[in-house]
Amino acid sequence: MSWLGELFTDYTLRTVALGSASLGLVAGALGAFAVLRRQSLLGDAVSHAALPGIVLAFMLTGAKTPLVLVLGAALAGWTASLLVMLIVRTTRIKLDTALGLVLSTFFGLGLLLMSIVQRSAGAGQAGLDRFLFGQAAALVGDDLKTMAALGALVLIVLVMMWKEFKLLSFDPAFAGALGLPVRFIDIVLTTLLVVAIVIGLQTVGVVLMSAMIVAPAAAARQWTDRLGRLVILSGVFGAASGLTGAVLSSLVPRLPTGPTIILVVTTITVVSLFIAPRRGLLTERLRRGRQRRRVRADSVLADLYRLAAQHADPAQAPHAAEALQTMSAQAGVREGLKQLTEQGLVESDPDGLWRLTDAGLARGAELIGGVS
Amino acid sequence: MSTETPAVRVTDLTVAYGELPVLWDIDMDVPAGKLMAIMGPNGAGKTTLIKAILGLVPPAAGRVEIHGGLYRDQRHLVGYVPQRGSVDWDFPTTVLDVVMMGRYGALGWFKRPGKRERDQALTALDKVGMADFRARQISQLSGGQQQRVFLARALVQDAQVYFMDEPFQGVDARTELAIVDLLKELRTLGRTVIVVHHDLQTVRDYFDWITLLNVRRIAGGPVDEVFTSENLKLAYGGRVEFLQRQAPCDPPPDAPDLGSYPGRIRP
Repeated sequence: MSWLGELFTDYTLRTVALGSASLGLVAGALGAFAVLRRQSLLGDAVSHAALPGIVLAFMLTGAKTPLVLVLGAALAGWTASLLVMLIVRTTRIKLDTALGLVLSTFFGLGLLLMSIVQRSAGAGQAGLDRFLFGQAAALVGDDLKTMAALGALVLIVLVMMWKEFKLLSFDPAFAGALGLPVRFIDIVLTTLLVVAIVIGLQTVGVVLMSAMIVAPAAAARQWTDRLGRLVILSGVFGAASGLTGAVLSSLVPRLPTGPTIILVVTTITVVSLFIAPRRGLLTERLRRGRQRRRVRADSVLADLYRLAAQHADPAQAPHAAEALQTMSAQAGVREGLKQLTEQGLVESDPDGLWRLTDAGLARGAELIGGVS
Repeated sequence: MSTETPAVRVTDLTVAYGELPVLWDIDMDVPAGKLMAIMGPNGAGKTTLIKAILGLVPPAAGRVEIHGGLYRDQRHLVGYVPQRGSVDWDFPTTVLDVVMMGRYGALGWFKRPGKRERDQALTALDKVGMADFRARQISQLSGGQQQRVFLARALVQDAQVYFMDEPFQGVDARTELAIVDLLKELRTLGRTVIVVHHDLQTVRDYFDWITLLNVRRIAGGPVDEVFTSENLKLAYGGRVEFLQRQAPCDPPPDAPDLGSYPGRIRP
């Protein structure tokens, strides 16, 4: 647990961990809305589209100041998202196609500009590299302050416009009929998403950032059916991933922070997909199996009851398991009998014949519905 | 009555998607306190008419007045029930929450729904017989229950004029009758209710006013005068085989000259 102590004393680790946690928190919270609005890929488009903005900001100012580059990223990402909205609204091109077009065009432009900078300015480009795959270790106190301030701003607007965002996500047509400025609210929400993405670019990189938007929300959706809890849980998953990823990469030498964060968050998502109550794949499978076994046992019991009912004294009429098998359309008669024995509904005699107990008779009457 | 301001007045409304007009030069007056059906074949522009009136699709031309004022000034007088299938019912929210959304317009920016909105929503849920479902996640509702929730959401809007897009779509007979009772109650209170409707059999039982639509406005007015097989033929084109058994405003079928009966397939 020495890393726990380091988290409080080691300045670099603390900066990286706090930065990663706050980027995860904001991306997770905003990502919940993107996922609910089926705009998961918008995050991907925005983060890739930020690249030319970063390089252009560097080319124009010659500065590698984080704030300048982040501003460039935000402007480019914002332009891209508005462009996507414009294409969808004014042409027949659908959202996924528009996203694909804008993403690849902007990213291609970014790579092109980057190679130009590399050729002309030589080593001057070195600092831009880290925006591709992220470099959390390079985070300094100033970066952290910028991230925290922007993140806080995003979350404050999110809380203030909560009901507008909720209605926009659930039923935009009704929002329009109420007189809410739907397009404006849409632009505000998208802008918040852009800021959330830009906050994380330096740490996680343009290529992997979309996972921070999508994965925490997908995981959180497994656990709750309330929007408020979903957004909070998604933010918590994102923050926990950021924190864990940062600590892990500090413990293991040469483990890059960005990809580690992404692996942590996808692990949370995969686990949630399987074991979450109600929606989990595994939970559902178990539930279905239980249900199938119960139905099967019930049908064996009903068959035995029908056989017994033909005798003068039903309680004293044992039958062979084979007789039940001929009556049953499905396999698993023996398994059903075993289960019924455990529940004390049937019993077998030394000859291997089966008969209903009193409780079994009562249950049989219940199942058959009084028809004898 | 004709001197009274109509609840809804649509003038020269035209909507086009691309080159093709979806609605062409619609003029429509709906008097206050009427229960009106909008009817017409698929693609006639019924939903588009409602959406254009509500400003949800941009019209190429035309104007809409609600109780004598421009729509954008009178929006608070209008309630809306969209098609049930237009939203994702797996959205993480509850019945009560959806109903409270009907108050969001009146609440204004940055304000959260509180006890007052909650009470209004509960009253509305009670009216549609869904009070016991208030805490239910909306994905666990049947089609008829979803429709009732949407109705409750419109009720809390406390509107003078309601627009409802196929509120009977996919609901069972009992729910349909419950909804009709509710609509008639709204009419008794002097509200105007405009409903996109499909079932020709029930028009005379449910509605007292009708607009027949097929890109253009074919006919409109009291059901007794307008719901004739002549008008239905105009609205639905030649595809009127289904009208044989009804068209209740026609002379009785044993009247002479059966050959002119629309939709009748001659032997």
